[in-house]
This record gives sequence, structure tokens and C-alpha cells, in this order.
Amino acid sequence: MERRIIEVGKITEAVRNLCQEANTQLPPDVIAKLKQASLKEESSLGKEVFSQLLENAEISSQSKIPLCQDTGLVVVFVELGQEINLIGGSFYDAINEGVRQGYKQGYLRNSVLSCPLERENTNDNTPAIIHTEITSGDKLKITIVPKGGGSENSSGMCMLTPADGIRGIKQFVLQQIESAGANPCPPIIVGIGIGGNFEKVAFLAKKALLREIGEPNKNRSYAELEEELLCEINNLGIGPQGLGGRITALAVHIEAYPCHIASLPVAVNIQCHASRHKEIIF
Amino acid sequence: MRTSIILKTPLKNEEIAKLKAGDSVSISGVIYSFRDAAHKKLIDLIIQKKPLPFNLSGQIVYYMGPSPAKPGAVIGAAGPTTSSRMDVYTQYLLEQGLAGMIGKGSRSMEVKQALKKYKAVYFAAIGGAGAYLSQRIKKAEVIAFSDFGPEAIRRLEVENFPAIVINDIFGGDLYQQTREKYKL
Ligand code: SF4
Repeated sequence: MERRIIEVGKITEAVRNLCQEANTQLPPDVIAKLKQASLKEESSLGKEVFSQLLENAEISSQSKIPLCQDTGLVVVFVELGQEINLIGGSFYDAINEGVRQGYKQGYLRNSVLSCPLERENTNDNTPAIIHTEITSGDKLKITIVPKGGGSENSSGMCMLTPADGIRGIKQFVLQQIESAGANPCPPIIVGIGIGGNFEKVAFLAKKALLREIGEPNKNRSYAELEEELLCEINNLGIGPQGLGGRITALAVHIEAYPCHIASLPVAVNIQCHASRHKEIIF
Repeated sequence: MRTSIILKTPLKNEEIAKLKAGDSVSISGVIYSFRDAAHKKLIDLIIQKKPLPFNLSGQIVYYMGPSPAKPGAVIGAAGPTTSSRMDVYTQYLLEQGLAGMIGKGSRSMEVKQALKKYKAVYFAAIGGAGAYLSQRIKKAEVIAFSDFGPEAIRRLEVENFPAIVINDIFGGDLYQQTREKYKL
């Protein structure tokens, strides 16, 4: 069978555009959810927050001023079909070049430092963090997720013991969100990873954020846990922007994976309302 | 819409004394934006007793690092960043007469106490409303540490910049009060 050929220059071009679009166009599912949640909000200050956020999304899509000044560290999820042949240079270099061009052209903020201790800005928002999954077939899917620092700093993981069970998971998630308070710009979307191991669980929590907002896990028991947690998170009373109210979270998404007999890893990745993601399929 | 208290900078003590946690305010005049890196550098200057690039007395600092301005625009997106990272530096600036801070998220116990002691307020702006808030900024100019890029110190002229009083000079804390009210 002939392998499908993709020129990496095409990938640079796509990533360049995706970076700019993601930062100025709040996805329709997020907008719809914000509208829906604002009707449920009881606090008047909370309602005002929702209307400002919706107005913000409109101004941003019209004037192309980014939704948020923190245009993020770019996380890239790649699903690469094993029958594809990438030609014309390094695939990862092509992605980073797309980020470089997109952030420059779009007047997006450079928020990446070359060394966490020396703290010098790379001035082009690279490198991106790239996760690649090899899939069957000949499709290439690239999803760009610019992720802000405020919500990322509010995230965490914990190696629970099997005895902790669902109760332990809930306790950890609630604690994490309660202590984050207003920092991750609520209303938030909560990505939760359960199982796998130390590094896998954090990845699952991030991947959970890619799902269309509010779409339940396909497994019934996880879907129920999502619902229960959403209710318990909103009962914390933190509210939009931490100013008190009914809506702290818009959705809870869980992703799970098999794990070792001795462990119960859990991770929470918090996503702010500026839930920016854009994808392209080649 | 709730009515907002109109504030003009620099803030006067009488004005600050009237503000209570939960008040909506609308700020006009000059404010200064900077965040982590510039705080560190300012505090170094204060400790070394060197002159500061501007007079902090009665002023408001906005914890914000904007995205770049497009050609013809005043500034890019300009929403608040998380304030707690600035907690360790805050006391030094309050000693220099800083009257207000705008950011997002709660402050440390030490900062809340220092606000009472130095008669200063902490406001929150809507986090993630960067495009919306940028429209309230009419002029922006880098006045110090330009090599810090988005983290440089900027002098901003704002008109009707919306914010909410979180911590007042009486120990009021809106985040705490409202969370208790809505907790089930
Ligand atoms: S948490 Fe999100 S909305 Fe808030 S400042 Fe960071 S990127 Fe922007």
C-alpha cells in the first residue's frame, strides 16, 4: 500500500493559524455553556461576571485582541496515523515554527522561559509541549491548546492508596479546587485523571479537557462520578471569579486508565473559562 | 447593573476609608501595571535604598502583563494575573505609600493585615476578560525595566476601569464572606 505523504511545511502553516484562532475565538461549546450557566447563577455579581465574559468573547473574536493576555504555553496533541510519511524536515521543528510564527503574527504574548531557574524569555513562545499518539490509518490530527499559568498552577496530583477509593478521590479534588479559589479564574472546567501511573495520570487529566464541554464519560460509573463531583464542587460556593455563587465549575471530565494493584493515582488539571482549543485534521 | 463608586487616582485616604469589601468601583486616571519580575527588582532597589522609577504614594498597581499591542492599538489584552505570587513583595510597596492593588485571587494573612496597617485596598478585576478590560485603557507607556517585555512597568491611563473591592482597610474579605454565604 502507498503511504500518504504530508509535507511538514503544511503543518507549520496550520499551527500558525490555529494558534491565532484559538486565542481569539472561544469555542462555541464553551460560549453555549457560559450562557446556560449564567441563567443558573443566583449571585448578581456572578451574573455580571458571566455577561463580562461573554462580551469579552465577542470583542475578542471581532477585534482579534486575545481573549486573555495570558496566551499560554502551547500544548499540542498529535494523533499521527502510522501510514503517513512526513517529509521536508523535522515534524517537531515544524510545529514549533508554527507556534513562533503564529505568536508573532497574532501579537500574542510570549510566556515561555528557556530555563525555569534563570527565567529568561525565549521571546517566541517556543518550545511547545507536544504529545504524540500513533494511531492506525492515514489521518493526522493536531489540536492546539494554549494553556494559561493561573489555572495550571492550581492543578495537582496525588498517589492515593487503593483503600482511599472514591472517597479519597473526591476529597482530593475538592481540596484542590477549594484552595485554588479565585486563582484559576472560575468558572472552571475540571479535568481529572484516575489510574495509570505517576506520569500517565497527569496526562489523562489534561486530555480530559479536550472533550466537548459537559460531554459525559462513556463509562456509566465515571459519568456518575463526574456528575456528583460537579455538584459537590458547585456546592463549595466559590462562584464565578471566586466572588461567591452557584457556578464554580462548568463541567467535570474524567479520563481513566488501568493501574497497578498497589496504587490509585489521581490528578486534577484545572482549565479556566478561557478554554481555548482548536484542531485540524489532515 | 450594580452601581459603581467612582474613583480617581491617586487615591486619597478619605476615599479609601469609605471602601468596603463587595463594593464595585470604576477607576479613572493613572495606574501602574507590573508583575513578578518587576516586583523583585523594585524590592531590590528599596532594600538598597536606591531611587524608584516612579512615586508610589497614593497609587494603584495592576498585576498585569499585557499581550503586545497591534499596530494602532493602545495595548493588547490586559486582564489581571494571580495576586498571591506578589504577596511576599507587597509589604515593601505599602511602606512606600502604595494605596491599592488590582489582581485576582486571595491574598496572604500578612498582606491582609498590612492593608489594615497601611490603609490600602485590594481590588479584583475579572480574570480572563483581557479583551474587555483592554478597552478601558486609553494610554499605555513603558516607564521602566523595558527589557522585561510583558513584565515591564507600564504607566496606564484608564477610564472607568471596573473592579471590585476584595479586602478593605477594616479586615473585610469578600472572597471569604461570599463563599460562606453560598456554601451548601
Ligand atoms: S487562568 Fe485562564 S483566564 Fe485566568 S488569567 Fe490565566 S489564562 Fe487567563
